[in-house]
Amino acid sequence: MIISTIVFYALAGVLILSSMMVITSKNPVHSVLFLILAFFNAAGLCVLLGAEFIAMLLVIVYVGAVAVLFLFVVMMLDINFKDLQSGFKKYMSVGGLVGGILLAELIVIYSSWSFSKSAPENIKFKTPDITELSNTEALGRILYTDNLFLFQIAGLILLVAMIGAITLTLRTRDGVMKQDVSDQVNRKREDVVKIVKVETGTGVA
Amino acid sequence: MGSIMVNTEFLMEYLPILIFIGLATGMSCFMILASYIIGRQKPDAEKLKAFECGFDPFDDTRGKFDVRFYLVAILFIIFDLEVAFLFPWAVSLGAIGLIGFWSMVVFLGVLTIGFIYEWKKGALEWE
Repeated sequence: MIISTIVFYALAGVLILSSMMVITSKNPVHSVLFLILAFFNAAGLCVLLGAEFIAMLLVIVYVGAVAVLFLFVVMMLDINFKDLQSGFKKYMSVGGLVGGILLAELIVIYSSWSFSKSAPENIKFKTPDITELSNTEALGRILYTDNLFLFQIAGLILLVAMIGAITLTLRTRDGVMKQDVSDQVNRKREDVVKIVKVETGTGVA
Repeated sequence: MGSIMVNTEFLMEYLPILIFIGLATGMSCFMILASYIIGRQKPDAEKLKAFECGFDPFDDTRGKFDVRFYLVAILFIIFDLEVAFLFPWAVSLGAIGLIGFWSMVVFLGVLTIGFIYEWKKGALEWE
């Protein structure tokens, strides 16, 4: 048990440090790499809680796919680091005002926040004990039957995301030499070959 | 905190991963520190210069990427999520019965429509 406590504090400490580095490091590529480190540590915390499936999902989906997408986006931004630091003084007053308002709001919210008395009853599906049923199977037993509607909505959202991404970013570009087999096969002799009678000494116009 | 932690038997299955992480961290720290301590450090202007196959770098390393990389990445994420939904389904298929089976079939069917769409649109071709 003492080992799991040490591991918990190590993971939580690195998680907090790396998430601080995400917002403070000047190079956005470094930010994304620290974000990946934060994902890994969060996955470790999920394992400590017994939530295996969530942990593996964090590694597969967030580290494997979302972080790569972030890297692409960061690389696509084409940031000039000298321009980034230039307007600091100009924007500091407005940015500081917005940040101060947000901080005040957070303080107001957290100072008066507490669990509702009916919250324990509202937990509809209690997680079964890990010795009886693994976390993955516990999820699977309610996700596809009890929460069928939400599951199908998730499928539709994925479909919309797919179609949206294609319509927004797919461009057919001109001047690309690409082989189209059906075009080649359907070519007719009349379309491309012309027989011209040429008089002697005149040439072809 | 003891109440929130799960039993040790379950966590023992993850002990090899913990040992592996410890070994990896220790070894990489050792190699970097050893090269700093044992190796001679005599930097000069020529040694510290950016190295790009022998000549000065032509321009900045961060140029604009083609937006097609983004399209490939986002389509990958969508199918990654689709596969992630399959894991708990496969594990609990014996317990959830016909409704669970057909709900997954409908889910896959909806995403197959999207797959056919992107195939016909040519989003999977690179040119």
